[in-house]
Amino acid sequence: MKKVNIGILGIQGDVEEHVASVESAFREITMDGVVSIVKYPEEIDSINGLIIPGGESTSIGKLSNNDDFQSSIKKKITQGMPVLGTCAGLIFLSNHIIQNSSNTSQKLLGSLDIETERNAFGRQHESFQSEFPIPKFGIDKFMGIFIRAPRIRSIGSNVEILAKLNDDIVAVKQGNIIGTCFHPELSNTVIFHKYLIELVRESL
Amino acid sequence: MISLVGHQNPLLSRQISGNIDSKTGTILLKRGFAHMLKHGVIMDVTDVNQAQIAEEAGAVAVMVLDKLPIEVRQSGGVARTAGMKIIKDVVNNVSIPVMAKCRIGHISEAVVLENSGVDMIDESEVLTPADESSHIWKWDFTTPFVDGAKNLGQALRRIEEGASMMRTKGEPGTGNVVEAVRHMRAMNQDIAKITYFYNQQDKQELFRISKELNTSYELVVETGRLGRLPVVNFAAGGITTPADAALMMKLGCDGVFVGSGIYKSSDPLERALAIVLATTFHDKVEVVAEAQEMIDEKKSMVGLGDNLDFKMQDRGI
Repeated sequence: MKKVNIGILGIQGDVEEHVASVESAFREITMDGVVSIVKYPEEIDSINGLIIPGGESTSIGKLSNNDDFQSSIKKKITQGMPVLGTCAGLIFLSNHIIQNSSNTSQKLLGSLDIETERNAFGRQHESFQSEFPIPKFGIDKFMGIFIRAPRIRSIGSNVEILAKLNDDIVAVKQGNIIGTCFHPELSNTVIFHKYLIELVRESL
Repeated sequence: MISLVGHQNPLLSRQISGNIDSKTGTILLKRGFAHMLKHGVIMDVTDVNQAQIAEEAGAVAVMVLDKLPIEVRQSGGVARTAGMKIIKDVVNNVSIPVMAKCRIGHISEAVVLENSGVDMIDESEVLTPADESSHIWKWDFTTPFVDGAKNLGQALRRIEEGASMMRTKGEPGTGNVVEAVRHMRAMNQDIAKITYFYNQQDKQELFRISKELNTSYELVVETGRLGRLPVVNFAAGGITTPADAALMMKLGCDGVFVGSGIYKSSDPLERALAIVLATTFHDKVEVVAEAQEMIDEKKSMVGLGDNLDFKMQDRGI
Protein backbone atom coordinates (compact mmCIF):
# COMPACT_ATOMS: atom_id res chain seq x y z
CA MET A 1 0.00 0.00 0.00
CA LYS A 2 1.16 3.54 -0.78
CA LYS A 3 2.45 5.69 2.05
CA VAL A 4 0.35 8.63 3.17
CA ASN A 5 2.18 11.73 1.87
CA ILE A 6 0.71 15.04 3.03
CA GLY A 7 1.91 18.15 1.21
CA ILE A 8 1.75 21.58 2.84
CA LEU A 9 1.38 24.43 0.35
CA GLY A 10 4.56 26.35 1.23
CA ILE A 11 4.05 29.63 -0.60
CA GLN A 12 3.31 31.84 2.39
CA GLY A 13 1.89 31.65 5.91
CA ASP A 14 2.20 29.30 8.88
CA VAL A 15 3.58 26.38 6.87
CA GLU A 16 5.87 24.95 9.58
CA GLU A 17 3.04 24.81 12.13
CA HIS A 18 1.11 22.51 9.81
CA VAL A 19 4.21 20.36 9.22
CA ALA A 20 4.57 19.99 13.01
CA SER A 21 0.84 19.21 13.41
CA VAL A 22 0.93 16.48 10.74
CA GLU A 23 4.06 14.96 12.28
CA SER A 24 2.39 14.97 15.65
CA ALA A 25 -0.78 13.39 14.16
CA PHE A 26 1.34 10.61 12.58
CA ARG A 27 2.93 9.95 16.00
CA GLU A 28 -0.43 9.83 17.78
CA ILE A 29 -1.82 7.21 15.41
CA THR A 30 1.61 5.51 15.06
CA MET A 31 1.61 5.81 11.31
CA ASP A 32 4.75 5.96 9.20
CA GLY A 33 3.71 8.79 6.88
CA VAL A 34 5.48 11.54 4.98
CA VAL A 35 4.93 15.29 5.20
CA SER A 36 6.52 17.62 2.65
CA ILE A 37 6.44 21.31 1.81
CA VAL A 38 5.09 21.92 -1.69
CA LYS A 39 6.11 25.10 -3.57
CA TYR A 40 6.75 24.03 -7.14
CA PRO A 41 4.57 22.27 -9.80
CA GLU A 42 6.83 19.19 -9.97
CA GLU A 43 6.23 18.55 -6.25
CA ILE A 44 2.45 18.08 -6.63
CA ASP A 45 2.63 14.64 -8.25
CA SER A 46 3.97 12.69 -5.28
CA ILE A 47 1.49 13.92 -2.63
CA ASN A 48 -1.84 12.27 -1.84
CA GLY A 49 -3.18 14.85 0.61
CA LEU A 50 -2.79 18.65 0.77
CA ILE A 51 -3.03 21.39 3.38
CA ILE A 52 -3.39 25.05 2.42
CA PRO A 53 -2.24 27.02 5.49
CA GLY A 54 -3.22 30.31 7.04
CA GLY A 55 -1.54 33.47 5.78
CA GLU A 56 -2.62 36.24 3.45
CA SER A 57 -4.99 34.83 0.84
CA THR A 58 -4.09 37.58 -1.67
CA SER A 59 -0.38 36.68 -1.45
CA ILE A 60 -1.00 32.92 -1.61
CA GLY A 61 -3.29 33.38 -4.63
CA LYS A 62 -0.88 35.64 -6.50
CA LEU A 63 2.26 33.64 -5.82
CA SER A 64 0.77 30.30 -6.78
CA ASN A 65 -0.62 31.94 -9.90
CA ASN A 66 1.47 29.76 -12.13
CA ASP A 67 -0.88 28.01 -14.54
CA ASP A 68 0.69 24.56 -14.13
CA PHE A 69 0.70 24.83 -10.38
CA GLN A 70 -2.88 25.96 -9.74
CA SER A 71 -4.38 23.73 -12.41
CA SER A 72 -2.55 20.62 -11.21
CA ILE A 73 -3.67 21.27 -7.62
CA LYS A 74 -7.23 21.80 -8.81
CA LYS A 75 -7.13 18.67 -10.96
CA LYS A 76 -5.92 16.51 -8.08
CA ILE A 77 -8.65 17.87 -5.79
CA THR A 78 -11.26 17.14 -8.48
CA GLN A 79 -9.87 13.61 -8.77
CA GLY A 80 -10.49 13.14 -5.04
CA MET A 81 -7.26 14.11 -3.25
CA PRO A 82 -8.22 15.07 0.33
CA VAL A 83 -7.43 18.69 1.17
CA LEU A 84 -7.64 20.86 4.29
CA GLY A 85 -7.78 24.65 3.99
CA THR A 86 -7.41 26.79 7.13
CA CYS A 87 -8.35 30.50 7.25
CA ALA A 88 -6.64 31.91 4.12
CA GLY A 89 -6.62 28.32 2.82
CA LEU A 90 -10.42 28.17 3.18
CA ILE A 91 -10.78 31.38 1.16
CA PHE A 92 -8.40 30.06 -1.51
CA LEU A 93 -10.44 26.83 -1.82
CA SER A 94 -13.81 28.60 -2.01
CA ASN A 95 -15.60 29.43 -5.24
CA HIS A 96 -16.94 32.83 -4.29
CA ILE A 97 -15.76 35.76 -2.20
CA ILE A 98 -17.82 38.76 -1.20
CA GLN A 99 -15.95 41.71 -2.67
CA ASN A 100 -15.39 44.73 -0.49
CA SER A 101 -14.53 47.91 -2.33
CA SER A 102 -10.95 47.55 -1.14
CA ASN A 103 -10.40 44.06 -2.53
CA THR A 104 -8.17 43.69 -5.51
CA SER A 105 -9.12 40.86 -7.84
CA GLN A 106 -8.26 37.67 -6.06
CA LYS A 107 -7.32 34.25 -7.40
CA LEU A 108 -9.42 31.38 -6.03
CA LEU A 109 -9.22 27.63 -6.65
CA GLY A 110 -13.02 27.40 -6.60
CA SER A 111 -13.21 23.76 -5.46
CA LEU A 112 -15.37 24.35 -2.38
CA ASP A 113 -18.94 25.53 -2.91
CA ILE A 114 -19.11 28.27 -0.29
CA GLU A 115 -19.16 32.04 -0.19
CA THR A 116 -16.64 33.69 2.15
CA GLU A 117 -16.04 37.21 3.37
CA ARG A 118 -12.48 38.13 4.34
CA ASN A 119 -11.64 39.44 7.84
CA ALA A 120 -15.36 39.48 8.60
CA PHE A 121 -14.88 38.91 12.34
CA GLY A 122 -12.81 42.12 12.44
CA ARG A 123 -9.21 43.22 12.38
CA GLN A 124 -6.39 41.88 14.60
CA HIS A 125 -7.63 43.80 17.67
CA GLU A 126 -10.84 41.69 17.43
CA SER A 127 -9.06 38.37 16.80
CA PHE A 128 -10.28 35.86 19.38
CA GLN A 129 -10.17 32.33 20.69
CA SER A 130 -13.35 30.53 21.61
CA GLU A 131 -14.61 27.06 22.42
CA PHE A 132 -17.31 25.21 20.49
CA PRO A 133 -18.37 21.58 19.94
CA ILE A 134 -17.49 19.44 16.93
CA PRO A 135 -20.13 16.67 16.98
CA LYS A 136 -18.53 14.75 14.11
CA PHE A 137 -15.35 14.24 16.17
CA GLY A 138 -17.29 13.70 19.41
CA ILE A 139 -15.72 16.82 20.95
CA ASP A 140 -17.65 19.13 23.30
CA LYS A 141 -15.06 21.87 23.55
CA PHE A 142 -12.64 22.60 20.75
CA MET A 143 -10.51 25.74 21.16
CA GLY A 144 -10.70 27.62 17.87
CA ILE A 145 -8.12 30.32 17.13
CA PHE A 146 -9.62 33.05 14.91
CA ILE A 147 -7.03 35.50 13.55
CA ARG A 148 -8.50 38.17 11.25
CA ALA A 149 -10.73 35.26 10.33
CA PRO A 150 -13.07 34.98 7.36
CA ARG A 151 -16.80 34.31 7.73
CA ILE A 152 -18.63 31.71 5.69
CA ARG A 153 -21.66 33.61 4.33
CA SER A 154 -23.40 30.77 2.51
CA ILE A 155 -22.85 27.13 1.58
CA GLY A 156 -23.91 24.92 -1.31
CA SER A 157 -26.38 22.05 -0.83
CA ASN A 158 -23.59 19.44 -0.96
CA VAL A 159 -21.61 21.07 1.85
CA GLU A 160 -21.72 19.51 5.33
CA ILE A 161 -21.43 21.73 8.43
CA LEU A 162 -18.72 20.38 10.81
CA ALA A 163 -18.84 23.12 13.42
CA LYS A 164 -20.71 26.27 14.37
CA LEU A 165 -19.77 29.07 16.75
CA ASN A 166 -23.04 30.61 17.90
CA ASP A 167 -24.80 31.23 14.56
CA ASP A 168 -21.70 31.18 12.39
CA ILE A 169 -20.60 28.18 10.37
CA VAL A 170 -16.88 27.87 11.10
CA ALA A 171 -15.91 24.46 9.68
CA VAL A 172 -17.25 22.63 6.61
CA LYS A 173 -16.71 19.47 4.57
CA GLN A 174 -17.58 18.80 0.96
CA GLY A 175 -16.53 15.26 0.03
CA ASN A 176 -12.73 15.25 0.10
CA ILE A 177 -12.46 18.95 1.00
CA ILE A 178 -12.33 20.29 4.59
CA GLY A 179 -12.27 24.00 5.38
CA THR A 180 -12.02 25.95 8.66
CA CYS A 181 -12.30 29.67 9.46
CA PHE A 182 -9.94 29.11 12.42
CA HIS A 183 -6.41 27.71 12.80
CA PRO A 184 -6.49 24.05 13.93
CA GLU A 185 -2.68 24.03 13.56
CA LEU A 186 -2.42 26.43 16.52
CA SER A 187 -4.71 24.44 18.84
CA ASN A 188 -3.49 21.93 21.38
CA THR A 189 -5.12 19.05 19.51
CA VAL A 190 -4.40 17.77 15.99
CA ILE A 191 -7.87 16.30 15.46
CA PHE A 192 -8.33 17.96 12.05
CA HIS A 193 -4.94 16.72 10.85
CA LYS A 194 -5.78 13.17 12.00
CA TYR A 195 -9.09 13.40 10.13
CA LEU A 196 -7.33 14.51 6.94
CA ILE A 197 -4.92 11.57 7.26
CA GLU A 198 -7.90 9.23 7.70
CA LEU A 199 -9.47 10.58 4.49
CA VAL A 200 -6.17 10.10 2.66
CA ARG A 201 -5.85 6.53 3.93
CA GLU A 202 -9.38 5.76 2.71
CA SER A 203 -8.60 7.27 -0.70
CA LEU A 204 -5.52 5.09 -1.35
CA MET B 1 3.88 25.33 16.90
CA ILE B 2 3.78 28.64 18.70
CA SER B 3 6.03 29.13 21.70
CA LEU B 4 3.98 30.16 24.72
CA VAL B 5 6.86 30.92 27.06
CA GLY B 6 6.87 34.41 28.47
CA HIS B 7 5.20 36.63 30.98
CA GLN B 8 1.51 37.07 30.45
CA ASN B 9 -0.65 39.66 32.08
CA PRO B 10 -3.77 37.76 33.19
CA LEU B 11 -5.91 40.90 32.79
CA LEU B 12 -5.10 40.90 29.14
CA SER B 13 -7.20 37.92 28.14
CA ARG B 14 -10.43 39.80 28.50
CA GLN B 15 -13.69 38.13 27.67
CA ILE B 16 -15.73 39.50 24.83
CA SER B 17 -19.46 39.81 24.89
CA GLY B 18 -21.82 37.14 23.63
CA ASN B 19 -19.67 34.12 24.22
CA ILE B 20 -18.45 33.64 27.76
CA ASP B 21 -15.46 31.57 26.63
CA SER B 22 -14.16 34.01 24.02
CA LYS B 23 -10.88 35.80 24.66
CA THR B 24 -8.94 38.47 22.76
CA GLY B 25 -5.33 39.62 23.07
CA THR B 26 -3.91 36.30 24.27
CA ILE B 27 -0.27 35.39 23.64
CA LEU B 28 -1.47 32.77 21.13
CA LEU B 29 -3.50 35.32 19.14
CA LYS B 30 -0.75 37.93 19.18
CA ARG B 31 2.15 35.65 18.30
CA GLY B 32 -0.16 33.70 15.96
CA PHE B 33 -0.83 36.83 13.91
CA ALA B 34 2.91 37.17 13.26
CA HIS B 35 3.13 33.50 12.27
CA MET B 36 0.60 34.18 9.47
CA LEU B 37 3.01 36.72 7.91
CA LYS B 38 5.84 34.21 7.48
CA HIS B 39 7.60 33.87 4.11
CA GLY B 40 6.11 37.21 3.13
CA VAL B 41 7.15 40.82 2.50
CA ILE B 42 5.96 43.85 4.51
CA MET B 43 6.34 47.15 2.69
CA ASP B 44 6.72 50.72 4.02
CA VAL B 45 4.15 53.06 2.47
CA THR B 46 3.34 56.76 2.90
CA ASP B 47 0.00 56.96 1.07
CA VAL B 48 -2.97 54.90 -0.16
CA ASN B 49 -1.60 54.61 -3.68
CA GLN B 50 1.64 53.04 -2.47
CA ALA B 51 -0.34 50.72 -0.17
CA GLN B 52 -2.45 49.50 -3.09
CA ILE B 53 0.66 48.91 -5.21
CA ALA B 54 2.07 46.86 -2.33
CA GLU B 55 -1.13 44.80 -2.03
CA GLU B 56 -1.21 44.28 -5.79
CA ALA B 57 2.40 43.06 -5.69
CA GLY B 58 1.53 40.39 -3.09
CA ALA B 59 2.81 42.05 0.11
CA VAL B 60 1.50 40.36 3.30
CA ALA B 61 1.14 43.69 5.12
CA VAL B 62 1.97 47.38 4.81
CA MET B 63 3.67 49.71 7.30
CA VAL B 64 2.31 53.25 7.28
CA LEU B 65 4.82 56.04 7.83
CA ASP B 66 4.78 59.80 7.60
CA LYS B 67 8.15 59.73 5.81
CA LEU B 68 10.24 56.85 4.44
CA PRO B 69 13.38 56.18 6.52
CA ILE B 70 15.72 57.87 4.00
CA GLU B 71 13.49 60.98 4.10
CA VAL B 72 13.63 60.91 7.91
CA ARG B 73 17.43 60.96 7.63
CA GLN B 74 17.43 63.75 5.06
CA SER B 75 14.86 65.99 6.76
CA GLY B 76 16.38 65.75 10.24
CA GLY B 77 14.34 66.99 13.20
CA VAL B 78 12.00 64.81 15.24
CA ALA B 79 10.28 61.85 13.59
CA ARG B 80 6.94 60.85 15.15
CA THR B 81 4.10 58.42 14.50
CA ALA B 82 2.21 58.91 11.23
CA GLY B 83 -0.92 61.06 11.05
CA MET B 84 -4.23 59.41 11.96
CA LYS B 85 -5.82 60.39 8.68
CA ILE B 86 -3.30 58.63 6.50
CA ILE B 87 -3.35 55.55 8.76
CA LYS B 88 -7.15 55.35 8.57
CA ASP B 89 -7.13 55.93 4.81
CA VAL B 90 -4.77 53.00 4.33
CA VAL B 91 -6.74 50.81 6.78
CA ASN B 92 -9.91 51.51 4.76
CA ASN B 93 -8.38 50.97 1.35
CA VAL B 94 -6.42 47.74 1.50
CA SER B 95 -7.53 44.27 2.63
CA ILE B 96 -4.12 43.13 3.95
CA PRO B 97 -2.95 43.90 7.52
CA VAL B 98 -1.78 47.43 8.28
CA MET B 99 1.00 48.31 10.72
CA ALA B 100 2.24 51.66 11.98
CA LYS B 101 5.27 52.82 13.95
CA CYS B 102 5.40 54.48 17.35
CA ARG B 103 8.43 55.97 19.06
CA ILE B 104 10.46 53.75 21.39
CA GLY B 105 8.90 53.97 24.86
CA HIS B 106 6.02 56.21 23.74
CA ILE B 107 3.11 54.45 25.45
CA SER B 108 0.58 57.11 24.43
CA GLU B 109 1.41 56.94 20.73
CA ALA B 110 0.94 53.17 21.03
CA VAL B 111 -2.48 53.63 22.69
CA VAL B 112 -3.51 55.96 19.86
CA LEU B 113 -2.34 53.43 17.27
CA GLU B 114 -4.20 50.61 19.01
CA ASN B 115 -7.37 52.68 18.66
CA SER B 116 -6.74 53.51 15.01
CA GLY B 117 -7.42 49.94 13.88
CA VAL B 118 -3.86 48.96 12.91
CA ASP B 119 -3.14 45.25 13.18
CA MET B 120 0.38 45.54 14.60
CA ILE B 121 2.47 48.31 16.18
CA ASP B 122 6.18 48.70 15.38
CA GLU B 123 8.12 50.22 18.29
CA SER B 124 10.71 51.62 15.96
CA GLU B 125 14.17 53.15 16.06
CA VAL B 126 13.38 54.91 12.76
CA LEU B 127 11.41 57.43 14.82
CA THR B 128 13.01 59.62 17.48
CA PRO B 129 12.96 57.73 20.81
CA ALA B 130 10.60 59.11 23.47
CA ASP B 131 12.16 57.24 26.40
CA GLU B 132 15.87 56.54 26.68
CA SER B 133 15.64 54.11 29.58
CA SER B 134 12.58 51.96 28.87
CA HIS B 135 10.74 50.38 26.01
CA ILE B 136 6.96 49.88 26.13
CA TRP B 137 5.55 47.12 28.37
CA LYS B 138 3.79 45.47 25.48
CA TRP B 139 1.84 42.83 27.42
CA ASP B 140 -0.61 45.61 28.36
CA PHE B 141 -1.86 45.84 24.77
CA THR B 142 -4.34 43.72 22.81
CA THR B 143 -2.63 44.72 19.55
CA PRO B 144 0.61 42.79 18.94
CA PHE B 145 3.98 44.58 18.67
CA VAL B 146 7.04 44.09 16.50
CA ASP B 147 10.40 45.41 17.75
CA GLY B 148 13.89 45.73 16.29
CA ALA B 149 17.06 44.11 17.62
CA LYS B 150 20.71 44.09 16.63
CA ASN B 151 21.66 41.19 18.86
CA LEU B 152 20.09 38.32 20.79
CA GLY B 153 20.09 40.20 24.12
CA GLN B 154 17.94 43.01 22.69
CA ALA B 155 15.62 40.49 21.00
CA LEU B 156 15.03 38.47 24.17
CA ARG B 157 14.52 41.62 26.27
CA ARG B 158 11.89 42.84 23.81
CA ILE B 159 10.18 39.42 23.89
CA GLU B 160 10.30 39.56 27.68
CA GLU B 161 8.47 42.91 27.46
CA GLY B 162 5.81 41.34 25.26
CA ALA B 163 6.93 41.77 21.65
CA SER B 164 5.06 39.22 19.48
CA MET B 165 7.48 39.51 16.57
CA MET B 166 11.07 40.66 16.06
CA ARG B 167 13.04 42.11 13.16
CA THR B 168 16.67 43.00 12.65
CA LYS B 169 17.37 46.71 13.05
CA GLY B 170 19.77 46.83 10.14
CA GLU B 171 20.41 50.44 9.16
CA PRO B 172 17.15 51.87 7.78
CA GLY B 173 17.11 54.22 4.82
CA THR B 174 20.64 53.45 3.63
CA GLY B 175 19.98 50.96 0.83
CA ASN B 176 22.82 48.97 2.40
CA VAL B 177 22.04 45.42 3.57
CA VAL B 178 25.28 44.92 5.50
CA GLU B 179 23.93 45.91 8.93
CA ALA B 180 20.90 43.60 8.67
CA VAL B 181 23.29 40.77 7.76
CA ARG B 182 25.52 41.65 10.72
CA HIS B 183 22.56 41.62 13.13
CA MET B 184 21.16 38.35 11.82
CA ARG B 185 24.56 36.64 11.95
CA ALA B 186 25.12 37.86 15.51
CA MET B 187 21.75 36.44 16.58
CA ASN B 188 22.35 33.13 14.79
CA GLN B 189 25.75 32.69 16.43
CA ASP B 190 24.39 33.34 19.92
CA ILE B 191 21.39 31.06 19.34
CA ALA B 192 23.75 28.28 18.15
CA LYS B 193 25.76 28.67 21.37
CA ILE B 194 22.64 28.51 23.54
CA THR B 195 21.33 25.49 21.61
CA TYR B 196 24.63 23.71 22.25
CA PHE B 197 24.43 24.26 26.01
CA TYR B 198 20.72 23.35 25.98
CA ASN B 199 21.53 20.02 24.30
CA GLN B 200 24.27 19.47 26.91
CA GLN B 201 21.68 20.33 29.58
CA ASP B 202 24.30 22.69 31.05
CA LYS B 203 21.88 24.76 33.09
CA GLN B 204 24.56 26.70 34.93
CA GLU B 205 25.91 27.97 31.60
CA LEU B 206 22.40 28.83 30.35
CA PHE B 207 21.84 30.76 33.58
CA ARG B 208 25.15 32.60 33.10
CA ILE B 209 24.13 33.51 29.53
CA SER B 210 20.77 34.83 30.75
CA LYS B 211 22.61 37.20 33.11
CA GLU B 212 25.01 38.22 30.35
CA LEU B 213 22.06 39.01 28.03
CA ASN B 214 20.04 40.70 30.80
CA THR B 215 17.06 38.47 30.17
CA SER B 216 15.25 35.65 31.92
CA TYR B 217 16.60 32.12 32.30
CA GLU B 218 13.24 30.82 31.06
CA LEU B 219 13.54 32.62 27.70
CA VAL B 220 17.13 31.48 27.22
CA VAL B 221 16.09 27.85 27.84
CA GLU B 222 13.17 28.22 25.41
CA THR B 223 15.52 29.64 22.74
CA GLY B 224 17.81 26.63 23.24
CA ARG B 225 14.94 24.18 23.04
CA LEU B 226 13.64 25.72 19.79
CA GLY B 227 17.05 26.47 18.27
CA ARG B 228 15.62 29.83 17.15
CA LEU B 229 13.97 32.95 18.55
CA PRO B 230 10.69 32.09 20.31
CA VAL B 231 8.81 34.52 18.03
CA VAL B 232 8.77 35.15 14.27
CA ASN B 233 11.87 37.09 13.15
CA PHE B 234 11.97 39.22 9.98
CA ALA B 235 14.81 41.02 8.22
CA ALA B 236 14.68 44.81 8.10
CA GLY B 237 16.93 47.80 7.48
CA GLY B 238 18.59 48.33 4.10
CA ILE B 239 16.95 45.64 1.94
CA THR B 240 16.83 47.07 -1.61
CA THR B 241 16.94 44.32 -4.24
CA PRO B 242 15.39 40.84 -4.70
CA ALA B 243 18.83 39.34 -4.12
CA ASP B 244 19.05 41.22 -0.78
CA ALA B 245 15.73 39.66 0.26
CA ALA B 246 16.85 36.17 -0.79
CA LEU B 247 20.10 36.62 1.14
CA MET B 248 18.23 37.46 4.36
CA MET B 249 15.91 34.46 3.89
CA LYS B 250 18.96 32.21 3.46
CA LEU B 251 20.31 33.52 6.76
CA GLY B 252 17.17 32.17 8.43
CA CYS B 253 14.81 35.16 8.51
CA ASP B 254 11.08 34.30 8.44
CA GLY B 255 10.28 37.15 6.03
CA VAL B 256 11.36 40.63 4.98
CA PHE B 257 10.50 44.28 5.65
CA VAL B 258 11.32 46.66 2.81
CA GLY B 259 11.43 50.36 3.59
CA SER B 260 12.82 53.06 1.33
CA GLY B 261 14.10 50.41 -1.13
CA ILE B 262 10.88 50.19 -3.12
CA TYR B 263 9.39 53.66 -3.33
CA LYS B 264 12.75 55.40 -3.52
CA SER B 265 13.62 53.43 -6.63
CA SER B 266 12.37 54.50 -10.06
CA ASP B 267 10.76 51.09 -10.70
CA PRO B 268 8.59 50.56 -7.58
CA LEU B 269 5.92 48.18 -8.94
CA GLU B 270 8.37 45.85 -10.69
CA ARG B 271 10.66 45.96 -7.69
CA ALA B 272 7.84 45.21 -5.23
CA LEU B 273 6.79 42.18 -7.30
CA ALA B 274 10.37 41.02 -7.72
CA ILE B 275 11.18 41.25 -4.00
CA VAL B 276 8.04 39.25 -3.12
CA LEU B 277 9.03 36.54 -5.63
CA ALA B 278 12.62 36.35 -4.40
CA THR B 279 11.47 36.12 -0.76
CA THR B 280 9.04 33.26 -1.32
CA PHE B 281 11.21 31.32 -3.75
CA HIS B 282 14.60 32.22 -2.25
CA ASP B 283 15.54 28.52 -2.38
CA LYS B 284 15.26 28.39 -6.18
CA VAL B 285 18.13 30.04 -8.07
CA GLU B 286 16.11 30.40 -11.30
CA VAL B 287 13.36 32.41 -9.61
CA VAL B 288 15.77 34.71 -7.77
CA ALA B 289 17.60 35.31 -11.06
CA GLU B 290 14.32 36.02 -12.83
CA ALA B 291 13.31 38.42 -10.04
CA GLN B 292 16.65 40.18 -10.25
CA GLU B 293 16.09 40.59 -14.01
CA MET B 294 12.77 42.31 -13.35
CA ILE B 295 14.58 45.26 -11.79
CA ASP B 296 17.20 47.63 -13.14
CA GLU B 297 20.19 48.37 -10.92
CA LYS B 298 20.36 51.84 -12.47
CA LYS B 299 16.94 52.44 -10.90
CA SER B 300 17.89 51.26 -7.40
CA MET B 301 18.01 53.95 -4.74
CA VAL B 302 21.56 55.28 -4.59
CA GLY B 303 21.80 54.67 -0.88
CA LEU B 304 24.31 55.81 1.70
CA GLY B 305 27.76 54.47 2.46
CA ASP B 306 29.09 53.58 5.88
CA ASN B 307 30.18 57.09 6.88
CA LEU B 308 26.89 57.86 8.59
CA ASP B 309 26.51 60.80 10.95
CA PHE B 310 24.20 58.85 13.16
CA LYS B 311 22.97 55.29 13.26
CA MET B 312 19.32 54.53 13.93
CA GLN B 313 20.35 51.07 15.15
CA ASP B 314 22.00 52.61 18.22
CA ARG B 315 18.60 53.75 19.47
CA GLY B 316 16.93 51.52 22.07
CA ILE B 317 18.48 49.37 24.78
